Amino acid sequence: MTKKHQEIRDAVTQLCTHYPGEYWRNKDREEAYPSEFVEALTMAGFLGCLIPEKYGGSGLGLSEASAVMEEIQASGCNGGACHAQMYTMGTVLRHGSEDQKRMLLPGIARGDLRLQAFGVTEPTSGTDTSRIKTTAVKDGNNYRINGQKVWTSRIKYSDFMLLLARTQPREAGAKPHHGMSVFLIDIRNAEKNGLTIKPLRAMVNHATTEVFFDDLKVPASALVGEEGMGFRYILDGLNAERILIAAECVGDSRWFIERATTYAKEREVFDRPIGKNQGVQFPIARSYAETQAASLMVESAADLFDSGDSCGAEANMAKLLAADASWRAADMCLQTHGGFGFAEEYDVERKFRETRLYQVAPISTNLILSYIAEHVLGLPRSF
Amino acid sequence: MKVIVAVKRVVDYNVKIRVKPDHTGVETTNVKMSMNPFDEIAVEEAIRLQESGKVEEVIAVSCGISQCQETIRTALAMGADRGILVECDVELQPLAVAKLLKAIVQNENPEIVIVGKQAIDDDSNQTGQMLAALLGWSQGTFASQIVLGEDSAKVTREVDGGLETVNLNIPAVFTTDLRLNEPRYASLPNIMKAKKKPIDILTPEQLGVDITPRLTTLRVNEPPVRQAGVMVESVTELVDKLKNEAKVI
Ligand SMILES: Cc1cc2nc3c(=O)[nH]c(=O)nc-3n(C[C@H](O)[C@H](O)[C@H](O)COP(=O)(O)OP(=O)(O)OC[C@H]3O[C@@H](n4cnc5c(N)ncnc54)[C@H](O)[C@@H]3O)c2cc1C
Repeated sequence: MTKKHQEIRDAVTQLCTHYPGEYWRNKDREEAYPSEFVEALTMAGFLGCLIPEKYGGSGLGLSEASAVMEEIQASGCNGGACHAQMYTMGTVLRHGSEDQKRMLLPGIARGDLRLQAFGVTEPTSGTDTSRIKTTAVKDGNNYRINGQKVWTSRIKYSDFMLLLARTQPREAGAKPHHGMSVFLIDIRNAEKNGLTIKPLRAMVNHATTEVFFDDLKVPASALVGEEGMGFRYILDGLNAERILIAAECVGDSRWFIERATTYAKEREVFDRPIGKNQGVQFPIARSYAETQAASLMVESAADLFDSGDSCGAEANMAKLLAADASWRAADMCLQTHGGFGFAEEYDVERKFRETRLYQVAPISTNLILSYIAEHVLGLPRSF
Repeated sequence: MKVIVAVKRVVDYNVKIRVKPDHTGVETTNVKMSMNPFDEIAVEEAIRLQESGKVEEVIAVSCGISQCQETIRTALAMGADRGILVECDVELQPLAVAKLLKAIVQNENPEIVIVGKQAIDDDSNQTGQMLAALLGWSQGTFASQIVLGEDSAKVTREVDGGLETVNLNIPAVFTTDLRLNEPRYASLPNIMKAKKKPIDILTPEQLGVDITPRLTTLRVNEPPVRQAGVMVESVTELVDKLKNEAKVI
């Protein structure tokens, strides 16, 4: 199947050949951030893909951005280290003031500012975002922020973060999602003034942390758009995030299929390549078919997003199908490799752990299914 | 100054080469194709000369099937200004390519042509030398350094047993060796700009060049499969095997 944006794909693949399995294995072992890789991608302009040309970016769509992310994963690299640098700025671009855009977007496009941390999830609210407890209270020309976030990834490698906080209690609004606001926080100085970041050791090397706000004072100009509208502002950003992560899953899936196919042709047991056995072939073939289907869904969701149409259902379905395809491909690839799949040097176990994340983050499978059930099929609301 | 770089579309260097079942050549259908790595070095060198202000225009030329335009686009994305494709479907041998390049040189009047020292598919290592001879130009082959002056160039060549530095008059043909430079990645903004750069398409007939192959390939074979190694128990056994089985000492 020929894919769109082949020239972009080729350029990304070429860059990625400089970051082979060994590079990622070492980073994984040391829980280190892949700075060199991120720097190369940044300097080559790939992370400024979605920034309009008037702010120094390439002014391309999610379709091109998806091609970039897919090829990173298909090359065995891990775009999780920097995918958010592509899309987090979208909320500012669509809802921020001209001052905020000028302060941020050209710097991101040039590669000297990083906005790739997004604080939504909290320890006690779970997926029920309306119950977040972090608050921002107006105090003259400032806001004072108090509360706690968890799983805030890449904040140690960001200059700014986007934060969702309550500016009004949940009970005070007409709907549970009212009364939340988005803030663009300069974290370069915040660590001395009430922001504490604690790294979280996790199953995957994702630079993820817990973040504590203890009366952090930010200027009123940090507010994005209008007070109380935050949830609506982050929604289209979430769709972009889901589509891009779905593209990453398609890339992972392609990597697993490629590795499994190669290994099945080469590994000989019982005097024959294991790939001669249909018991080994079929799971690979099924993975291939599932991946192609998911890839079409991702493409169509990205095209909808780019044409400005509503794409909530498609973005969710793309994420669901692609994450399922990549997780099954991961399992298939591990099984095809037998014991060697567990050996670090094959990279299979690492990619297996990495792609598992996307069953849970940024949105878990059950929550997508409940969205489809309720909002697409009109089934009774369950929660 | 104007520079022409020649870029060839070849099977990507990461691809495991397979011989066609009928032994007429290697499999290229559904195989990833890329720019010949030595040509990437040639493009990089040309762009660096342009960035240093010594060169005004860089033209990337490819000869072959229509898909060679992708290879030219890669050169344009790296920074070349425009492209020329000499489109034809027959197999091109070094002499034919040298003649086509000569015709283009006569149309474009560059002062410098940079080509890879060889292409990784046929490893001929002939085109640059043939082109220089046909044009009656100087040649600096296997270059690991090129220092361009007003009407001459100092070229460091990688020769057996060391480095040789020669002074050449311009116009000249250079062929690139691996250590000449490290080619850049095409950046996203440049990939997008490259889409708008022009590629002229010509035919060998328009250039008046006869490209009929002069050589016939009889048969292409896989290299012999490497034998599995053996573990030896001791140094004595190793020496014995080297002496009596391998007969190398
Ligand atoms: C490595 C990593 C990086 C992350 N990075 C970020 C980040 O940068 N920023 C950020 O804000 N967040 C981040 N997250 C958080 C992530 O988005 C959440 O973990 C995810 O949305 C799930 O929320 P939760 O962990 O609170 O699970 P919970 O909401 O507690 O859910 C637990 C389980 O119960 C299921 N469940 C819950 N409610 C229902 C229901 N009503 N019906 C059916 N099933 C239900 C869920 O599907 C899930 O399987 C990250 C997480 C990880 C692991």
